Amino acid sequence: MSDMTTNSHRTSLRNAADWMLVAIALPALAAFMLPLGARDGAPVGWLGGTMAPLFLSGVLLTVVAGRAAPKRVWGAWVELAGVALAWLLPLYLMKEGLDLSAGWGLWLFLVAATLLLWRVMGVLSGVPGWTRAVIVPGLFGLGLLVGWEVLVRGFQVPAILLPPPSRIASALAANAPVLWDDFRQTVLTSVLRGYVMGCGAGFLVAILADRVPFLARGLLPLGNLASAIPVVGIAPIMVMWFGFDWQSKAAVIVVMTFFPMLINTLAGLGNSERIQLDLMRSYAAGYGRTLVKLRLPNALPFLFNGLKINSTLALIGAIVAEFFGTPVVGMGFRISTEVARMNLDIVWATIAVAALTGSGLYGGLALLERVTTAWHPSMRRR
Amino acid sequence: MRLLVSDLTHRYDDLTVLDGIDLTLAEGEILAVIGPSGCGKSTLLGIAGGIVAPSSGSIRVEGEVPDGCLNPITFIFQDFALLPWRSVEDNVGLVLEHHPLSAAERRERIDSGLRRMGLWEFRQALPKQLSGGMRQRVGIARALAVRPAMLLLDEPLSALDAQTRELLMDDFLELWRREKTTALYVTHNLDEALRLADRVCVLSRRPGRIRELVTIEEPRERRQEPSAQAHLAEVRDRLWHLMKAEAQMADREIARA
Repeated sequence: MSDMTTNSHRTSLRNAADWMLVAIALPALAAFMLPLGARDGAPVGWLGGTMAPLFLSGVLLTVVAGRAAPKRVWGAWVELAGVALAWLLPLYLMKEGLDLSAGWGLWLFLVAATLLLWRVMGVLSGVPGWTRAVIVPGLFGLGLLVGWEVLVRGFQVPAILLPPPSRIASALAANAPVLWDDFRQTVLTSVLRGYVMGCGAGFLVAILADRVPFLARGLLPLGNLASAIPVVGIAPIMVMWFGFDWQSKAAVIVVMTFFPMLINTLAGLGNSERIQLDLMRSYAAGYGRTLVKLRLPNALPFLFNGLKINSTLALIGAIVAEFFGTPVVGMGFRISTEVARMNLDIVWATIAVAALTGSGLYGGLALLERVTTAWHPSMRRR
Repeated sequence: MRLLVSDLTHRYDDLTVLDGIDLTLAEGEILAVIGPSGCGKSTLLGIAGGIVAPSSGSIRVEGEVPDGCLNPITFIFQDFALLPWRSVEDNVGLVLEHHPLSAAERRERIDSGLRRMGLWEFRQALPKQLSGGMRQRVGIARALAVRPAMLLLDEPLSALDAQTRELLMDDFLELWRREKTTALYVTHNLDEALRLADRVCVLSRRPGRIRELVTIEEPRERRQEPSAQAHLAEVRDRLWHLMKAEAQMADREIARA
């Protein structure tokens, strides 16, 4: 009773979580009725001589301890340990030589563990600060990787179709010098130059079009046209025009990034309020001063929008352009040649590098945007 | 400084918003302009401030620019017109940035404006962290930083709640007691006009023509006293009578359109 009066919020959370526990228990109970896997074609149950009962007991213990914890958040951390233990079970069973594709008991158990993780994430995402901002998304990503690893290995998916993340990580480590050379050629040489040229040109032409209205009227319809140009069509032409080296990749990137930047900059320049413009005029500010002091700062959210869109477009453009001719280095070149050799591990490793690079560029820009446009309503903490 | 408006007319394409306005604003005088919505009050202010070019007629400013004045005719806007990425002191300093002032003088002007408007403690805050009244105080401090000879106020209190409006009216009275700045004050609120203005110009419905110029005899500093209330009530009735007729006709015209 005293608990209810002092902390009704906590009580209601617990009640809500109880229903979730029922949902977790149902697949877990069903899992216990079914075999875990097979050894030499014979099904192996939970009490079939493996250490699976120990794992199961450990998980149950964490759930009970989590329920008994004085604070819901502490309980969530304990339950998280249970989730980790549950997802270690298939790795242990594979090491024991069990064929996991033959029994549904384990997979139903993992469904229950995933529901438990869902419950944990629900609690942790309510904790402000680093927990909500970093740990929850980190756990989400880790959960996806572990799920991918276990499913691919458990169901013995051929590596040529989809390798497990551990194999991709090994390929990354084994081919680090080659991948670094590719990264340097594609990202540091082609993407950065093309990105700066494309975004810079889009920005400057937008300023010009803002000053000369007929330019804007002529260029904006072209923007729609340019956004429909297929990169696989323009890339070989650029290679013919500018050669195999970075210049042709930069040209493709310029084509892809110019109009998004132009359109976003123009939209941003039109974003100042009438009253703010009147203020500048009433203090005798000319075009240049109004641009620098008022319109460009007001346009920052739009400029960052263009820069973020272009960061991923530039990477895609460079990689695709490298399919059509490059010095014997580069991420696109690597993917095209290694696919032909059926050397899929390095292809996936290159894809991982590209994905991390794209995320890094986008994330860096998003961080810079958060710092420089903290005043904007869209940056309010949610 | 004096403002002389002569036979001023303004049109937006085929729509005449001001017609034949003749008006003189004496040095140190505060003239309130009232009238129904759409009668051209804000347009008149824009023309006086040089941000709207009149279709015909003339507008002249006469008199010496006082020492230290950097922007003789200065606006105070209804929606404050603050730049949201700048702190309070940077918003006030914005209007000084293109003037060749020493760092010390720039600092002194900003600090003086902030202190006078009670914003010193909030100088590092962003506009979004301030209440509506505080934001308008920043707008006033910004206007004061250029030491204006004439203020053009475009419904400066209409976006604020009643309490804040009262407090800011006191601020304006104190400002005009000390500075003797000429002011053209556009409002739709009769109480503001009665409390702050020396004369009230009543505009007709569109196209705005001067219906009447009403002088408030009672000195501004005595208008809160009981002895002044009879005269103010009389002026108020007269203004309301003029306004009501115009507003009713404007409503009928809008309904017909």
